[in-house]
Amino acid sequence: MKDSNEYIIKVIDLTRRFGSFTAVDKITFSVNKGEIFGFLGANGAGKTTAIRMLIGLLAPSSGIAEVAGYDVYKETEKIKKSIGYMSQKFSLYEDLTIQENIEFYGGIYGIPNSVLNEKADQLIDKLELHVSKKTLLSALPLGWKQKLAFSIAQIHEPKVIFLDEPTGGVDPITRRQFWEMIYEASNEGRTIFVTTHYMDEAEYCDRVSIMVSGKIEALDTPARMKEYYNCNTMNDVFVKLARPTN
Amino acid sequence: MIDIQIGEVSKSFGRVNALNNISFDVEHSKIFGIIGPDGAGKTTVFRLINTLYLPDQGKITVLGYDTVKDYKKIRVLLGYMPGRFSLYQDLSVEENLTFFASIFGTTIKKNYYLIEDIYSQIEPFKKRKAGALSGGMKQKLALSCALIHKPKILLLDEPTTGVDAVSRKEFWDMLKKLKAQGITIVVSTPYMDEAELCDKVALLQKGRVLNIDTPQNIVSGFSKKLMGIKATNKYALIKTLRAYDQCDTCFPFGEYVHYTDKRDKPDQIEILDYLATNGLNDATISNISPVIEDSFMELMVKKYER
Repeated sequence: MKDSNEYIIKVIDLTRRFGSFTAVDKITFSVNKGEIFGFLGANGAGKTTAIRMLIGLLAPSSGIAEVAGYDVYKETEKIKKSIGYMSQKFSLYEDLTIQENIEFYGGIYGIPNSVLNEKADQLIDKLELHVSKKTLLSALPLGWKQKLAFSIAQIHEPKVIFLDEPTGGVDPITRRQFWEMIYEASNEGRTIFVTTHYMDEAEYCDRVSIMVSGKIEALDTPARMKEYYNCNTMNDVFVKLARPTN
Repeated sequence: MIDIQIGEVSKSFGRVNALNNISFDVEHSKIFGIIGPDGAGKTTVFRLINTLYLPDQGKITVLGYDTVKDYKKIRVLLGYMPGRFSLYQDLSVEENLTFFASIFGTTIKKNYYLIEDIYSQIEPFKKRKAGALSGGMKQKLALSCALIHKPKILLLDEPTTGVDAVSRKEFWDMLKKLKAQGITIVVSTPYMDEAELCDKVALLQKGRVLNIDTPQNIVSGFSKKLMGIKATNKYALIKTLRAYDQCDTCFPFGEYVHYTDKRDKPDQIEILDYLATNGLNDATISNISPVIEDSFMELMVKKYER
């Protein structure tokens, strides 16, 4: 079960300014080990800036943040080794084979080719791909690519995986197979940090936060959030929060 | 009145069967939705209707004109918003709109009333380069450009992909207003929840039509009793339900698992007992109504896995 005292991401008053504009304004939250955490917000709400700070690509202006036990100011290289990343837009190289993609990503994290070779076979078995590892990625259906990309993002056994709109555009059955993979990873103790603006993806998360104009406006389980705002779907909650004039 | 008629149309690209014998009619002044994942053939349908592709087989008429013979007549009657933002990034907002107005032989002033609702929201930024706009603003500009020549039919290829929930809602509100003005709208989307906002939808998967009907009829055609099952450990819940000998389908669905049983009258107590003996003591079951996505999956399973 999830240990609520074991934080894998801990953020206190994290802030980032660009000139006179405050993109992220004193956000505070923590994510537990093994949790599936949804990080939501409209375009321009500050999601991307916040994530860039968490993955060590952008220095904060002020505040505290630790990811996998490492400080986002001083230990950015260690953070990068402890996290995995997958986005819908850029996942794997289409003109490389399955094996080459695995060697490339694994190689970046310093895993020797002999180990990666074995992992490639295991992955193909586990995902029931029924193709040779010499198959070009471009020859695979979108759903397979997504599942493969998720597995490759875990090849270095990261503590946290950042997923950016992981299931956009795939058919509803493949999409659910993908969420089952996410549940499996979470069950094994990996933390999943999902950013998306598709509210139906939010419904699958253990807890979600909603960012509006640089601040975290709400943070809770989807069920409690829907109850609190008296809405049937996370989409309705989101529209209510992100457009406060209505 | 039928504005668009697609009859037994097939289209291939090399060995890829993009569309396989599809037929449907689009009625005047209605919102017709083409719902399906990437690779379903949505964009190919649009390019056949707008005369950019020729069908390999079958026939398409738009406002009574044949898309092969009368393509020049059709093009001026359509407004087309492609899936990828394809306005001129290095022209300003106003320059883009002027350009589209002038190639159709009209002016912004003449048809301003038609785009006012939408365009007024981006007009304060009319000197800004289109490439520097936010996603929601680009979408509004693209819609304005597709409307400026007062088309009879609007073709919108995935207009809400990559757009946040608030902008998506605003966009659908705009479509309803355009429909009320007598414009026929064909719109595609990978988001099943948007199907409910259409008058009629075609569910498309791998170049085949799974079903065509009103969203209400599609949902009421769901053939099984649907249950929503919930437990703290979702992963264990799914694995355990799959192993149950009476399990028909079992899909994660947000906080719930959507479950159908092989029996006509499934015994909920028995299912809960089974889950409890397998360590899921906190499971709860409720009867729920299916949504479009449930129907889509049922149709996918029927068409491809049997």
